[in-house]
Amino acid sequence: MLSTKLIVVYSLLYLGLLFAIAYWADRRADQQRSVISRPTVYALSLAVYCTAWTYYGSVGRAAASGVGFLPIYLGPTLIAALWGTLLLKMVRISKTQRITSIADFIASRYGKSQLLGGIVTVIAVLGVVPYIALQLKAISRSVTILQSFPDVDSAGTAGTIPILQDTALYVALLLAAFTILFGTRHLDASERHEGMVAAIAFESIVKLIAFLAVGVFATFYLHDGFADLFDKAELAGFLKPVIADERGSYGNWYSLTILAAFAVMMLPRQFQVAVVENSSENHLRRAVWMFPLYLLLINIFVIPIALAGQLTFAGTNMDADTFVLTLPMAHDQGGLSLLAFIGGLSAATGMVIVETIALSTMVCNDLVMPGLLSRWKRMAPEADLSRLLLRIRRGAIIVILLLGYLYFHFAGEAYALVSIGLISFSAVAQFAPAMLIGLYWRGGTHAGALAGLLAGFGIWLYTLLLPSFAKSGWLPGGMLEHGPFGIELLRPQELFGLTGMNEITHCLFWSMVFNIGAYLFFSLRRAPNVHETTQATLFVDVLKHERPPGIGLWRGKAEVKELFGLAERFLGAERARRAFRQYAARREAEDVSSLPADAETVHFAETLLAGAIGSASARVMVASVTAEEALGLDEVLDILDEASQIRAYSHELEQKSIELEAASRELKQANEQLKEIDRLKDDFMSSVTHELRTPLASIRAFSEILFDDPKVALEERRRFLGIIVSETKRLSRLVNQVLDLAKIESGHADWGAESVDVAELINEGIQVTEQLFRERGARVECDVPERPCVVTVDRDRLMQVLVNLLSNAVKFAPADEGIVKLRLSAESGKCRVSVSDNGPGIPKADQPHIFEKFHQGSGGSDKPVGTGLGLPISRRIIEHFDGRIWVDSAPRNGATFTFELPMKRNSDQRVGKTDVEESPDSG
Amino acid sequence: MSKKVLIVDDEPNIVLSVEFLMRREGHEVVTASDGQEAIDLLASTRPDLMILDVMMPRKNGFEVCAEVRADPALSRMPILMLTAKGREAEMKKGISLGADAYITKPFSTHDLVAKVHELLHREDAGD
Amino acid sequence: MHHSILTRQRLVGIFLLGLLLLYSPALTLFDRAVEWAGFPVSYLYLFGVWLLLVVLAAITVEADNR
Repeated sequence: MLSTKLIVVYSLLYLGLLFAIAYWADRRADQQRSVISRPTVYALSLAVYCTAWTYYGSVGRAAASGVGFLPIYLGPTLIAALWGTLLLKMVRISKTQRITSIADFIASRYGKSQLLGGIVTVIAVLGVVPYIALQLKAISRSVTILQSFPDVDSAGTAGTIPILQDTALYVALLLAAFTILFGTRHLDASERHEGMVAAIAFESIVKLIAFLAVGVFATFYLHDGFADLFDKAELAGFLKPVIADERGSYGNWYSLTILAAFAVMMLPRQFQVAVVENSSENHLRRAVWMFPLYLLLINIFVIPIALAGQLTFAGTNMDADTFVLTLPMAHDQGGLSLLAFIGGLSAATGMVIVETIALSTMVCNDLVMPGLLSRWKRMAPEADLSRLLLRIRRGAIIVILLLGYLYFHFAGEAYALVSIGLISFSAVAQFAPAMLIGLYWRGGTHAGALAGLLAGFGIWLYTLLLPSFAKSGWLPGGMLEHGPFGIELLRPQELFGLTGMNEITHCLFWSMVFNIGAYLFFSLRRAPNVHETTQATLFVDVLKHERPPGIGLWRGKAEVKELFGLAERFLGAERARRAFRQYAARREAEDVSSLPADAETVHFAETLLAGAIGSASARVMVASVTAEEALGLDEVLDILDEASQIRAYSHELEQKSIELEAASRELKQANEQLKEIDRLKDDFMSSVTHELRTPLASIRAFSEILFDDPKVALEERRRFLGIIVSETKRLSRLVNQVLDLAKIESGHADWGAESVDVAELINEGIQVTEQLFRERGARVECDVPERPCVVTVDRDRLMQVLVNLLSNAVKFAPADEGIVKLRLSAESGKCRVSVSDNGPGIPKADQPHIFEKFHQGSGGSDKPVGTGLGLPISRRIIEHFDGRIWVDSAPRNGATFTFELPMKRNSDQRVGKTDVEESPDSG
Repeated sequence: MSKKVLIVDDEPNIVLSVEFLMRREGHEVVTASDGQEAIDLLASTRPDLMILDVMMPRKNGFEVCAEVRADPALSRMPILMLTAKGREAEMKKGISLGADAYITKPFSTHDLVAKVHELLHREDAGD
Repeated sequence: MHHSILTRQRLVGIFLLGLLLLYSPALTLFDRAVEWAGFPVSYLYLFGVWLLLVVLAAITVEADNR
């Protein structure tokens, strides 16, 4: 109906428009005024999920099996509700680890394994090529319809047209060119293509509008609304409202839902737009409901269009897959037809562009690069690698599209569109266990993922791809019926005898069983090694950290300039320099050369490179530059143990240091006290030596004088000898007292204890000091009561005290006028004795010191001849028997020394017996 | 030639013995029994030598020594410290405060007399 | 995306509700060739539930102002 030229023109116009939008968006992005940083744009970009399969194929499927097409959209609706954590995790991980594709993601999760990345890439390519073929088929068919309606040969002519005359080939090449322009103009370290995203969002709107237009046309224009349409359909017997219609369709219901739920995340193009192209985590919020809403809207009119088509084309064998286009055409709606065509074109090109870009990234980073890397270990790499990488990607795009065309050419007519799509879904569903379990279970190992992927993919190959080739005539069809080599149990579509399912459900069941089974089995065989554990923790716990973690576990030497050199080679000099300068600014280093070559810098370099060549390859490159020493798991555990121990210890340390401070303060005090005691001891010693030396000096001096000079006058001689004698006595008294005091103080004194009548003792004491009194001309007065005062005491020691006090009193009493009063009294269980003199008294200032060793009363013109130890000894004695001794004195009024001792109780009174009541003084 | 010697000690026996020794040498003797008394006497009498005990009430020998040395008029008077305090530290202290000699008790009378002679005739020799 | 815990839980609830309404034997209740207001009941039910889920999710997410 439309001339080819016009079709081409319109198509090119539309594609040109898409490209213009992409270009504009890219420019805006470069100016930092991004157009795609809106949640609505993000949600719309996710609608790239709806391809020509949705656009054309759903109607086809609805015509055949009622609502059987719905699960493919219900699945994503349901899983969108879980994107709150699921997709968020994936997005955050990908941002922090610079993950650029689904192959990268899985490879990174399981220890940055290049092998896994390569396998995922292969599975993805093999799985998605049919899907691309589907789009090519849709486009070429729609072009054919536009050209030659109503002479559309629905039988399908794909395989018969010579290749060079096949529209589809040129479509494929054209699309390749567009994809290259869209996605490989330069290498972006984060693998983001803002232009592409903007174009995709736009085309999502276009296909929705186009489809809704056809739907409205079919429902309200051709008929009088939904009710009318349904009535007429029922009358004609086309309505199939029930689900349980075909073989195993409930199984279908569930399995398609599961497949679709997986596919909406695992398809390379979905991962690309949902995760890699995501510019803000906040966009996920709106996507949770806006994307399902889009799906709802684009599916409302599927059944009406199907019914209207069936009604319109009843009796012909018009392929229901074409209703969306043929319906308006059948009613001569030229404009609507063109719109419908554009809509279909939009849906197909959107898918192809994004899917191919995603696949080419994977092929370049995870398939080609590892191969090149191993080659470069032997030879030096090219100087400017960024251009090489771009060339590899462009080549991949062309190859993939050609592969898609070839599949279309050779196998595209065997299946309806939907079936081809489901085959692809089943392929990418094999990524789901490794990815989803790996996001939540740290125990998943590299071996498990590898085994699961291979097992699942193997089952897929065997139960889906093989049969598709068989049904297209490539393989002997007998295998389908009788199994390989006639083994019925291994029939590709009834494996192990499981019947009653359609092939998709059958494949899903067995592939998941083997995939998950192998994953678990191999993961549990061996504990994860250190790389796997690091990555696992990073992935599983990504939502628990604010800062990107995982910088620590690295030991090695690196040169910053070598890392920079790597970045230069792969990203180009300008980008590398910019990135490093930004990093240097972040680390507050002066310039790039002063960056520390530590784990953080290495991690930065690795993630930077990952954007260009994938994380697995980046790791290899960086490892080759740094002399990395791999940490064994034991070492890691030790380090972790240490870290947790350190944390525990530092808390303890705080406690201990507080205690320590308190203890050291106490210690200082004790030390001060000891020093004080030491000082006192020194003072004592020096006082003792002084007191000893002084009389010795006199003795020696006079002795020498008398010795040297026989002619000393008699009087002087007598005098000197007298001094010698008295000094000798003084000396020995002093020595005795010093020893006595030392004994008492060190606790080696022997203390007796007996009952002593104090009055009696006083009398005795007076007698002992009689001589002294007479010499001084002093008088003693006694005041002693009748009742006996008995104390338990060492008799000799108490006598010592008494004599000391009496002789002191005598010494200090004025000559010839001295009166010493002695008084004995018993008060409240205590025996009190006081000795008073009428001497000059003791000044208040001296009174506290009078009982100190070597304190000799000052004041008084005569120097009293005393040792200065009498009173201290007396105090010791009195205190030893639980008594008190003190002095009262007013200047010029004499001094009164008083001591009191606890009285012995009457009932125990046994005069004269020795009572050992007290234990020896233990000092 | 007879010189005037000031003996400062709070022990009368020591004073007595040293006085005897000085008199035997033919010197004139002035005595004081504590530091303050000594300083007062220094002004009124001008001894040629001072024999100084350390442990005394009121002012001790170190203080007297320092004060004497601070007085320019007395700065050249020889001071002989005679004391029971015999530790190294105390000897150094005495010398640093300006004493010319330091003898510990109990002392040898010969040594004391010899030292006194040396100190008195140092002046004459014009050291 | 910083959903509060409650929002996340509610979204999980919506997911489970969807499972219940669309993937349990509850579905068979509506899987009949009956019409209601001109629409096949199954059609109404499926799209009705679908719309309900979408609206619930929208309310839950947009109500979470964080």
